[in-house]
Amino acid sequence: MRKYIIAIILFSISALGLAQEFPAKPNKLVNDYTGTLSSTQIQQLESKLVSFADSSSTQIAIAILKSVGNYDINEYAVELGRKWGVGEAKKNNGIIIVVALGDRKISIQTGYGLEGALPDVYAKRIIENEIKPYFKAGDYYSGLDAGTTAIIKYTKGEYKNDKPKGKSGGGAGGGAVAILIFIVIIVIAILKRGGGGGNGGQVIGGRGVANALFWSMLLSSGRSSGGGSGWGGGSSSDGGFGGFGGGSFGGGGSSGSW
Amino acid sequence: MKKVVLAIVGVLVLLVVVSGCGYNNLVKLDEDVQTKWAQVETQYQRRSDLIPNLVSTVKGAAKFEQGTLTQVIEARSKATQITIDPDKLTEENIQKYQAAQGQVSQALGKLMVLTENYPELKATQQFSELSAQLESTENRIGVARKDFNESVQTYNTKVRSFPNNLTAGLFGFSKKAAFKAEAGAQNAPKVEF
Repeated sequence: MRKYIIAIILFSISALGLAQEFPAKPNKLVNDYTGTLSSTQIQQLESKLVSFADSSSTQIAIAILKSVGNYDINEYAVELGRKWGVGEAKKNNGIIIVVALGDRKISIQTGYGLEGALPDVYAKRIIENEIKPYFKAGDYYSGLDAGTTAIIKYTKGEYKNDKPKGKSGGGAGGGAVAILIFIVIIVIAILKRGGGGGNGGQVIGGRGVANALFWSMLLSSGRSSGGGSGWGGGSSSDGGFGGFGGGSFGGGGSSGSW
Repeated sequence: MKKVVLAIVGVLVLLVVVSGCGYNNLVKLDEDVQTKWAQVETQYQRRSDLIPNLVSTVKGAAKFEQGTLTQVIEARSKATQITIDPDKLTEENIQKYQAAQGQVSQALGKLMVLTENYPELKATQQFSELSAQLESTENRIGVARKDFNESVQTYNTKVRSFPNNLTAGLFGFSKKAAFKAEAGAQNAPKVEF
């Protein structure tokens, strides 16, 4: 019986999950799905972008993929940015950079709230002048480093982080949902402990359950309009990136190929 | 006195019944469709506003493409004449709108292909910025259309499902039309990451 309950809960969580063409919402800003960047390089980019997000609340996310298939790179980037919820829900101040290495294409998409600070033409210039020369030489790290530096230059000062870490900002609705989900986690934990008998654990590890629930929590906090970036702070273990805030995209930005 | 109380109770019951049948929800979804439609029109307008600039930039450099330029201008002026009252998002209206804007897309596409033959034009900053704006505008149009279609779908599902269909019929909420996919646009995407 318990197994069924857990299965049903897990199934409903996976139904919440993302379509296969899009990588699941990550817990960091720099996401290399191709293994092209070294871990030091990823770390360097990540800490630069996290510190910018901390000071400005503007989130710049990077996804490096093999290919976006038949998708238009811009369309794909918009979808991905929306699915991840890059930027804060109320400010829509996210930027997503999608690099499709196999297609030799890159797209920079700006959230609604940054279309003024980073007009499409500027995005185009950044791709042409800052990123492409390095990409042509195969130096993806330097290209992304120079590109993000330019983006930061233009978007600095557009927004301020008015919800510093440590203070919870979410609305009452988001809080209630969070508490509810928290209770569900505890119930599951107790059920699993109590069940004991050997085979329950094979379905998915305890950490897996917690992780899945954590993501569904993030999803639901992004969806409830009051949630905003309520999870900034508490959710991340190493004091790094605090999670995406549910920002949206409308197709502003630019793309290029090298 | 009794009558007044009865009337009040009657009104309350009616309110509960009506809202129970999703009237308020229908209004909300209807509003959402109209907002999304406005967004579609805004983005098409944005493209329309770009065209005169683009045409005059190309004209200077590519004198031989007069025919193509005229096609763009004509398609634009035809398309700007077609607007839809957001209350009348019918199949026929949407089709007309899509066809007219499709003409503009085609003419513009042809023009942009032809500009490939003029490297000195492509090298100018003005042209490269205009084409960057055109690119992102097309992208915005795509996003707005997709959002609109999704909104229409949600609305239509609601309008046609029980018991909302009764409320919808009573208050005149009719099915709305969405954009059709352009020919050749429905290849199954294959993504690797």
